[in-house]
Amino acid sequence: MLWEALTLQLGYNATLVTVGAALLGFAAGVTGTFLFLRKRALVSDAISHATLPGVGLAFLAMVALGGDGRNLAGLLIGSALSAWVGLLAVSFLTRRTRLAEDAAIGAVLSVFFGFGIVLLTVIQSLGAGRQAGLEDFLLGSTAGMLRADALLIAGGGALVLAVVLALRRPLTLVTFDPDYAVARGLPVARLDLLMMGLVMAVTVIGLKVVGLILIVALLIIPPVAARFWSDRSDHVVLLSGAIGAVSAWVGAALSATAPNLPTGPMIVLTAFAIFALSLLAAPGRGVLAAALRQNRFRRRVHMRQGLLALAHGQPIYEGLTLRLLQHAGLVRPDGVPTEAGQARAARALRDEARWAELRAGPGNEAAAALHDGVRDIETVLTQDQIAEIDRRIGGPRGVPG
Amino acid sequence: MSALSLVPNADRVAADAAALRAPLAIRGLTVSYGQQPAVFSVDMTLRAGAMTAIVGPNGAGKSTLMKAALGIVTPLSGRITAFGAPVELQRHRIAYVPQRASVDWDFPARVIDVVLMGMYRDLGLLGRVRAHHRDFARDCLDRVGMTDFADRQIGQLSGGQQQRVFLARALAQNADLYMLDEPFAGVDAATEKAIIAVLKGLRDEGRTVLVVHHDLATVAEYFDDVLLIATRKVAEGPVTQVFTADNLQATYGGRLATQQIDRLPGAGA
Amino acid sequence: MGADFVTLSLTPILIGALAAVACALPGNFLVLRRQALIGDAISHVVLPGIVVAFLITGAVATLPMILGAACAALVAVALIEAVRRLGRIEPGAAMGVVFTAMFAGGVLLLEQSDTSSVHLDVEHALYGNLESLIWLDASGWGSLTDPVALAGLPPELGRIALTLVAVALFTGIFWRPLALSTFDEGFARSLGIRTGALGLALVVVSALAAVAAFDAVGSIIVIAMFICPPAAARLMTDRLGAQVGWSVVFAILSAILGYVLAGYGPGWFGLGASVSAAGMIATVSGVILALAAVFGPRRRGAIVAT
Repeated sequence: MLWEALTLQLGYNATLVTVGAALLGFAAGVTGTFLFLRKRALVSDAISHATLPGVGLAFLAMVALGGDGRNLAGLLIGSALSAWVGLLAVSFLTRRTRLAEDAAIGAVLSVFFGFGIVLLTVIQSLGAGRQAGLEDFLLGSTAGMLRADALLIAGGGALVLAVVLALRRPLTLVTFDPDYAVARGLPVARLDLLMMGLVMAVTVIGLKVVGLILIVALLIIPPVAARFWSDRSDHVVLLSGAIGAVSAWVGAALSATAPNLPTGPMIVLTAFAIFALSLLAAPGRGVLAAALRQNRFRRRVHMRQGLLALAHGQPIYEGLTLRLLQHAGLVRPDGVPTEAGQARAARALRDEARWAELRAGPGNEAAAALHDGVRDIETVLTQDQIAEIDRRIGGPRGVPG
Repeated sequence: MSALSLVPNADRVAADAAALRAPLAIRGLTVSYGQQPAVFSVDMTLRAGAMTAIVGPNGAGKSTLMKAALGIVTPLSGRITAFGAPVELQRHRIAYVPQRASVDWDFPARVIDVVLMGMYRDLGLLGRVRAHHRDFARDCLDRVGMTDFADRQIGQLSGGQQQRVFLARALAQNADLYMLDEPFAGVDAATEKAIIAVLKGLRDEGRTVLVVHHDLATVAEYFDDVLLIATRKVAEGPVTQVFTADNLQATYGGRLATQQIDRLPGAGA
Repeated sequence: MGADFVTLSLTPILIGALAAVACALPGNFLVLRRQALIGDAISHVVLPGIVVAFLITGAVATLPMILGAACAALVAVALIEAVRRLGRIEPGAAMGVVFTAMFAGGVLLLEQSDTSSVHLDVEHALYGNLESLIWLDASGWGSLTDPVALAGLPPELGRIALTLVAVALFTGIFWRPLALSTFDEGFARSLGIRTGALGLALVVVSALAAVAAFDAVGSIIVIAMFICPPAAARLMTDRLGAQVGWSVVFAILSAILGYVLAGYGPGWFGLGASVSAAGMIATVSGVILALAAVFGPRRRGAIVAT
């Protein structure tokens, strides 16, 4: 069953939803990266919650005009309009008052959401039954979706993705180097607006599939997960898109295999699983790699400090330093250096002297900036350069034998 | 260059005991952000009753050193004592002035409220602010020339006035050791003069002052001692002996042109 | 305002107002610390907490659910901190990752478990059931002195009152270090104040308020009351004490006006049923914030002359 779902063999509607969700996931991952790297990830939370009053008002308007209140396109237009108003409110509160963005986001999302709930209860009171389906926007629901709805989602996802891919260069530039973007004559304010527009489009299209409470996960989790694997912006953007697409594809497929596996949560949990894996296991920025590196680094620092203290005849107060030195056979239990310890201490001292000479000389800023205390000069300079320095400082001093 | 000492560690520790009773003594301090040491293996001993400047290039670990000495950042290694005891036990004898830009001046408080924060250890959690607390706070404001601003909202102050309020808060701590992080950054000339007068007054009362400082031109005029650091310590001691062209060259590397050093008052080769 | 009011409206209004104040008090410090969205995160993870508690105990009992929600809030806070520190990710994104994932887990568990027979659903978690917290034993204002009738007060009232007392005590006792560490964390640490522990305590107290309020009024009010009254109060004054005072006034005003508008408002438009009180209280708090943002005497930050 899962295999059939993953390979799109569960019927036309399920296929459309899965493909649409994957397209949407890709677009969300890419768009979310720009948002994440501008440190505005949670703006999307305000936008998504602010869609709810629009859904309610659009329903009421369509009913008042004698139409079918449940027309998905109409509801999505309404949600987009009210999300836009929410975005304007966030921007008004941050720019025109002293409130910080987090307070503005929280205020807008809770108030718009509360007002949306009021409207939903108004619709309920107008006559039970007719409002059916509006609650689905909270958590998303692909069950019983009309073919036209599925087409709308697939088409919308493809459209957003096309826009994002077409504009990824200027968007990347604005995200990573706004000053340079201004200097290049790019319309930064308009590109910012476009970015928000894309976030809104992702949110609105995702409403029916993932629901407004969880759609932010598609904008936030993939970029955060992707960031662990690369420091290059273009890689992060594409990887984030890929993670979003895979999460949506797998999540939607899993959801299609059983009746009580809701699409939105399945997609979010798939994305979270990828995130957790990245957090733990990514080389470089992952937790395990970082912890190992930090431990090695700590030992190197203590070792070096201990050797220098020995060389200068200074007391050592750190238990760890003494233990490390002793363990390496460099000092006796009472803290007196062994012969090997004396040799290593002298070598550390010579390294220090070389660095000092390097720093003092003019024109060595780049190399001298690498002098952080634990780096051996051999890793920075060539043998010839070191020989030249040794000539100036009179060769190794204090090395017995 | 001394030969390697073959003395047991315990004896070396004992020999250092006297120095550890200084207002501030740091041994083997290393602080790193990630894999990059900001301060590496620094030893320093502050002279009681002196004004000492910490001087070094940007990113040399000056502020980090001060924060580690105060226990605000956790070091990778190192031992810090104040007046002969671990620094955590001596907090009541230490006053601190953080960088002005490190706080949000839009916080809802008046000048007098900020100065009263300096008396936190006296007031405790629920102690009432009494008339003598207020009088002392106003006294501290008076010493920095800010009496008229006591009821002003802190967001309405200029940079120099903010710095004076921070100094008044430190005065309210009534400490034996004053640590100031870049107190002259972005303040007007009058404020700089007023602050240095207050600090010299403290010094003349026998208190110890440590300042993170970045203006080489005023080091000799303002300070008794200087600690030169560039991630590691380059030199420490009286300005007259330590603030030399050679040491500055070693601190700033090629970043400081030689003729620039020659023009500094007090920086003899 | 007669017997009907006491029976049907008095207790919901009281509970709403107490819940609003319990959230607004810590909210003041959260807003000043730029942690306003912690309230958002906490209120989202309450759902998985109560679902797990239900799955463990197999019954819809209040105490286990409150405990479950409180545990979920603590787990969320710990996870957010872990993701932020271990992954070196900015707090907003760390929050977004954690609370969406936990909320998704809660919804999934809810769908998987057989909760159709009990009153446990997402809508309830979101809107609460303020309107149903009526005082059936009351026959009029006189019931306020009648011990028999008082014994029939909805238990939510006692719980939220107790929570408010705890929150108010915390805020009162730790006012000074909270203010100090919010304004100048480095200085606070140099004094020996354990700012990390204090910040965690503030979040735990916020979670406590959120969980107790959530039990009575649903999560919409919780987020709105954490943020809107303190944010509006911030635009009214430059004194911390006055700000907290204004936020309490705004919280109570939102609760009363919101409840009255939700209960009686639709009637004025000729609609039969009432609308969501929780939603309306959030809406009113938003209107108050909007008014403060346009007319508040201290709506602009101080203009610093350098």
